Amino acid sequence: MELELRGITKSFGSLVANDHIDLKVAAGEIRGLLGENGAGKTTLMNVLYGLLQPDEGEILLDGRPVTIRSPRDAINARIGMVHQHFMLVPVFTVAENVALGAEPLRRIKVPGLPALRTGLLDRGQARRQVVALSERYGLQVDPDARIEDLPVGVQQRVEIIKALLRQASVLILDEPTSVLTPGETDDLFRIMRELRADGRSIVFISHKLREVQAIADQITVIRRGQVVGQRPPGTTDAELAALMVGRSVELRVSKDPAKPANVVLDVASLTVAGQDGAVPAVDGVSLEVRAGEILGIAGVQGNGQTELCEALMGLRPAAGAVRLDGRDVSGASPRERLHAGVAYIPEDRQEDGIVADFSVADNLVLDTFDRAPYSSGIALNLSAVRSQATSLVAEFDVRTSSIDTPVGTLSGGNQQKVILAREVGRSIRLLIASQPTRGLDVGSIEFVHRRIVAERDAGAAVLIVSSELDEIYALADRIAVMYEGKITGIRPPTVSVTELGLLMAGAAAAVEGDPA
Amino acid sequence: MTDDASVLPPAEAAGAAPTDTGPAPDRGRLRYDRAILEAIIAGSPAVVTILAIVLALVLGALIIAFSDTAVLHVWGSFFAEPGVAISTAWHSAAAAYSNLFAGAVVNPHTIAAAFQGGSVGAIFYPLSQTAAQATPLILTGLSVALAFRAGLFNIGAASQWIGGAIVVTYLGFGLSLPPVIHAIVCLAGGFAGGAVTGWVVGALKARTGAHEVIVTIMLNYVMYNLLSYLLGTPSALQLPHQANLTSPNIGANAQLPHVGGPPPQVGVGFLIALAAAAGMWWLLARSTVGFEFRTVGANPSAARTAGMSVPRTWVLAMLLAGALAGLSGAVTIQGTFHNLNFQSYGTYGIDGITVALLGRARPAGVVLAGLLFGALNAGSTVMSAATSVPVDIAEVIEGLIVLFVAAPPLIRAVFRLRQAQRGGMAAVAKGWNG
Repeated sequence: MELELRGITKSFGSLVANDHIDLKVAAGEIRGLLGENGAGKTTLMNVLYGLLQPDEGEILLDGRPVTIRSPRDAINARIGMVHQHFMLVPVFTVAENVALGAEPLRRIKVPGLPALRTGLLDRGQARRQVVALSERYGLQVDPDARIEDLPVGVQQRVEIIKALLRQASVLILDEPTSVLTPGETDDLFRIMRELRADGRSIVFISHKLREVQAIADQITVIRRGQVVGQRPPGTTDAELAALMVGRSVELRVSKDPAKPANVVLDVASLTVAGQDGAVPAVDGVSLEVRAGEILGIAGVQGNGQTELCEALMGLRPAAGAVRLDGRDVSGASPRERLHAGVAYIPEDRQEDGIVADFSVADNLVLDTFDRAPYSSGIALNLSAVRSQATSLVAEFDVRTSSIDTPVGTLSGGNQQKVILAREVGRSIRLLIASQPTRGLDVGSIEFVHRRIVAERDAGAAVLIVSSELDEIYALADRIAVMYEGKITGIRPPTVSVTELGLLMAGAAAAVEGDPA
Repeated sequence: MTDDASVLPPAEAAGAAPTDTGPAPDRGRLRYDRAILEAIIAGSPAVVTILAIVLALVLGALIIAFSDTAVLHVWGSFFAEPGVAISTAWHSAAAAYSNLFAGAVVNPHTIAAAFQGGSVGAIFYPLSQTAAQATPLILTGLSVALAFRAGLFNIGAASQWIGGAIVVTYLGFGLSLPPVIHAIVCLAGGFAGGAVTGWVVGALKARTGAHEVIVTIMLNYVMYNLLSYLLGTPSALQLPHQANLTSPNIGANAQLPHVGGPPPQVGVGFLIALAAAAGMWWLLARSTVGFEFRTVGANPSAARTAGMSVPRTWVLAMLLAGALAGLSGAVTIQGTFHNLNFQSYGTYGIDGITVALLGRARPAGVVLAGLLFGALNAGSTVMSAATSVPVDIAEVIEGLIVLFVAAPPLIRAVFRLRQAQRGGMAAVAKGWNG
């Protein structure tokens, strides 16, 4: 079946998650949908699966427009979806899970009458369906196994069986490999090819270049809610990476050349365990940041940048040494590091940066409330908290009706200004900022960038993590690229986009002597 | 999450009147009225609570009326004499509620009597009963509320109450100390006993990640059976030469006196409960420790990122919550019963959860909720003596109030209120999967 999306637009408040997206997938095609987290891939697929209603645009199947208001409509239109997080009941068997929502019922045959449906579940029928599909596509799934006993890769195949059993001819796989081992990924790709050979269309959502290259017939790249390009799989990784992180908006901050002084942050072979324990998230990273310079860490998201920042703040256990102004702080708690003059702008603003229900004033002292002048021993000094809030709100141009307004009601840009004001509103030695301008409007981005440069000029060491190349180019005095937990190279800011793209795709050694 | 800065607090949106127009007094009054009206229509948490109480009282009245055999009898001939049927039902409920009021707040007869030379003090007798009933409820309510503000569901006020009460009882009859000092030592003992019981929960959660709901529920059983064992063992807490499960009375010096005027007086325990509420308010609103409690309760990952120690906060919050419940045990033993047994144990621990829920985990709210439940308890005794309505109806009404408070959408549907703003009761009612 041919799938076509025309001008799909979906916004959440002021954020446009999908901006007039066009996508056409032929029958028997595997389409790679490539983009960073937050680029709008999942939103688009949720629109297609009826979990979200588009503000504009239409969906066509085999050229006929269809209306999809719910997953049930999608199933009826023969669209199937395997979510990133599986929708399975862990204590049920494979057959029971597959039957859920479309339970085969026992029939009673009385001669001379049409078959009567009973209310009883026909487990045998459910089992036979699983076995048949499993054999047809080489899925190797035991219908009687309980979900919780199965490896993740097999659970995923159960999800695929569920979709196939509902006659899906368009199959959406949302980040299917994020939970798989390399071996399981190969199995999944084999199954996907079987399904393609059977004439089914597959939309394969991923932010991993290599996998999309390996399996897709065509690659569509989405960035900030827009389709920024369509490429055949032979395209270079560097080109795809550059498309993903983009360079459409020209952002330049006027800044003087850096005057690096003594080393403030010195990291030696820092290693952070990964989620499954097998592959380290941060793998022996060594770097140093001097006072008065900005080190930008570029890279496609999910290559260990988040873990690196959290390890530097003491929020995540790590092996290796972290020295601050020559003092070993490897064993220090987050509070001790903050007190030692580290400022931290976390990647996830809502989750880690602010307390949404607290007032602007309270959020501005979230990590300094226990120090003078905001407290004297155990008692809070509310007047000091309020006067600090009043001056910071003015200085950082936080648009709020009052300092008592809950910070959760402010716009993202103003929330970020509150965090920035809190972190750099005191004297600091080191600023660590992770994705400091994600989701912000241009005005706020400019403001945040100017403040970061101001901190550098005031003599702080600055470490910026960003997956936006523009931001890295605008701010960094040196650029480090991270790939699969390792630093693949450190370059001056004059480095070409092509070379950064190659580094971001993991081509460390090849680039060293290459004049490209 | 709202992405927009355009969201204004409703009061501002409603009452943002230009300052330079209109005669000032009228204007002010108008704005005030409008603010109240706006609060009612928008279904602010306080309004929802009040409406829940009203609705519970209405349903309670129906239950009272239709469990009365006399009412049922006349309703048998409803179609012959509908007026009689309705007025009988009305009188049945009205009689019950007026006695409830007389027992909990003020009895009009005592006011009349006072004008004819009777005792003025008698007017305040029902209120002193209400205060006495409310005292342990306020303290266990504060215990649950404090833990809740730090993001913890303390289902274990009952076990912490026992932990405090056991220590108080031992100190009360085992020691012989001068007046005042003995009472203070016992109070401190109750505080400490509850604190230790609460600390166990916090420490287990911080060290092992055990969910505090499971741990507190299990500890409730442990402490209940420990109490049962101690009260049944003569060499432990049991009153010698007795078959009953009861402890000896604590010494007279350990008992909490009543203060103020000629009888009726208010127990010192009630003043302690009020002081504890004030202390908790100060802790939460004005201290660094309370700031950490609130931050951990509202967003633990932001708290961690800001350098706070979440496990340490859990331990401290459970310790203080336990101490408040232990204090509840202390004032019950020292102020009311003077000995420990299953009658004095009562149901304060579990009732504390409902009091905290009704009080929205705010100290002042808990005091008001405790007083309401205290009033229902005190009034129901008088009501059941004067009418045929059983004492249990008070508990039915309490249960209904909590039910309605925990289901704000229900109240909004019944009274056709608008959808409330974010936060509020939903956070308390949505469950304990935190």
